[in-house]
Amino acid sequence: MKSFDYVRPASIPEAVSAASAPGAAYLAAGTNLLDLMKGGVSRPDRLVDVTHLPGLDRIEPLADGGVRIGALVRNADLAHDASFAKAYPAVAEALLSGASAQLRNAATVGGNLLQRTRCAYFYDVASACNRRVPGSGCDARQGENRLHAVLGWSDACIATHPSDFCVPLVALDAVVEIEGKGGRRNVKLEDLYRLPADAPEWETVLEPGDLIVALKLPGDASDFAAHARYLKVRERTSYAFAIVSAAACLRLERGSIAEARIALGGVAAKPWRAHEAEKVLAGGAPNGETFRRAAEAALAGAKPSGDNQFKIELARRIVVRALSLAASGTPERIPALPASPFSSVPGALHDA
Amino acid sequence: MINSISLTVNGVRRDIALPDPRVTLLDLLREQLDLTGTKKGCDRGQCGACTILVNGRRINSCLALAISHNGADITTIEGLAQGEKLHPLQAAFIEHDGFQCGFCTPGQIMSALGLINEGQAGCDPERIREGMSGNLCRCSAYAGITEAVLDVQRTLAAEKERRVA
Ligand SMILES: Cc1cc2nc3c(=O)[nH]c(=O)nc-3n(C[C@H](O)[C@H](O)[C@H](O)COP(=O)(O)OP(=O)(O)OC[C@H]3O[C@@H](n4cnc5c(N)ncnc54)[C@H](O)[C@@H]3O)c2cc1C
Ligand code: SF4
Ligand code: FES
Ligand code: FES
Repeated sequence: MKSFDYVRPASIPEAVSAASAPGAAYLAAGTNLLDLMKGGVSRPDRLVDVTHLPGLDRIEPLADGGVRIGALVRNADLAHDASFAKAYPAVAEALLSGASAQLRNAATVGGNLLQRTRCAYFYDVASACNRRVPGSGCDARQGENRLHAVLGWSDACIATHPSDFCVPLVALDAVVEIEGKGGRRNVKLEDLYRLPADAPEWETVLEPGDLIVALKLPGDASDFAAHARYLKVRERTSYAFAIVSAAACLRLERGSIAEARIALGGVAAKPWRAHEAEKVLAGGAPNGETFRRAAEAALAGAKPSGDNQFKIELARRIVVRALSLAASGTPERIPALPASPFSSVPGALHDA
Repeated sequence: MINSISLTVNGVRRDIALPDPRVTLLDLLREQLDLTGTKKGCDRGQCGACTILVNGRRINSCLALAISHNGADITTIEGLAQGEKLHPLQAAFIEHDGFQCGFCTPGQIMSALGLINEGQAGCDPERIREGMSGNLCRCSAYAGITEAVLDVQRTLAAEKERRVA
């Protein structure tokens, strides 16, 4: 690991100013950053430790009925906060399907949002990677790319965003509160991430020094609490990243779908909101036929970026399954195997 | 410049010089404090061998920067037994054959202690397996590990019932 200066700011303005210098990076729990530093993928000159900043570890109700979550709230604490999990069950389920109990105990909200891709060539400094070294090429194109993107990718980069947490968050219109050199601003989580286009190294709209201070869910995000699920296909049952995942949230009125929210994970360089699928669902009957049409709409623009044609049909099926599970009602308690298609929830078909 | 921290390790306060900020809690324990019970498997958050409790919560010490943890209260596998008397989890791992080579065992036991503190799994073997999925065992002693954790959970549940009754 390259050496670095360590600074521990006492306030948010101090942090922003310390992190505005070239080569500086924020350190939260470090579960992604230290891993990248050990591999020489990230080589910061200065680490600005935000974990001791006061006031960023709270979950607070907002006047509009929504919630504000401090950037330092730990993933496990948010998932196990009883009133949060009751209002936003798909978010809690997504959190509990990510990483391991140890990692969730450490990982912060801000760090989860800004975790980097798990593309193996990005991690391997001997490989060409436009995201890590702009203009160097992309070894994933001719390499192992079964798990790479099927939506929103470019010739320059076919990586995916790995977060589970972010998938239901974009579905529920989450907003990120950012403090930077110019003061405070709000950015919709969906707009925080940039698709690779011809500059994959430019992953988010954040500027040097920008600190995520909180994440907010608007008042209407809890309207879906009775019919909300997150489903994640992995290569093993637990402690693995998504091949494909989906968050499905429904608001049912008199037996039909009043409003729907759908987002996909593991398919693009950002958590992917499926607006077209939501339009198909609105006003429809909550049945298999409607769900399949929605799934077709969600993947309409998909194309394989390599050996991953299978992910497109897999994603459609996961959208259908997530919608069916959401329609049958949020379980009383998060299943023993969170987000698993193999969980023994009554009515779930393992081969749907 | 910040170049020292103080920690409480297994109940003992330690003031530690850290001239190089790159040290993880894992390397600090093993190389500076001679507490080699905590194991280094992958050093990248992927195996759980390095699990310790920080302020009562289980984390991977290989992905925790020591200098960031000033003031923390740390428990390692060395802090569990009382003299010759094993911690109930240690005894249960022996009783249920929860290991073979033993390399993952300190991490497994610390993780199990964390899981019990979290109070989410209860006596449901599926929830215990899921809650322990952050600890890999190359010898695949998983069945015994689940039995051992379940056994301690059941004993605790029974004790709680007796106290309430
Ligand atoms: C083995 C393993 C398995 C995993 N499996 C999963 C999984 O299945 N699903 C999943 O979603 N995740 C998974 N993860 C990733 C994990 O969720 C992230 O590592 C974690 O959420 C990062 O949070 P952190 O606090 O440790 O961030 P750090 O590692 O400290 O930081 C991550 C990035 O965010 C920046 N940053 C942090 N906080 C802020 C802030 N407030 N403002 C601005 N920038 C900030 C840092 O500079 C850094 O670039 C896994 C990780 C590991 C090691
Ligand atoms: S897919 Fe993106 S992250 Fe992976 S090697 Fe290519 S440029 Fe790098
Ligand atoms: S050594 Fe820390 S998780 Fe493997
Ligand atoms: S007992 Fe050998 S690795 Fe678990």
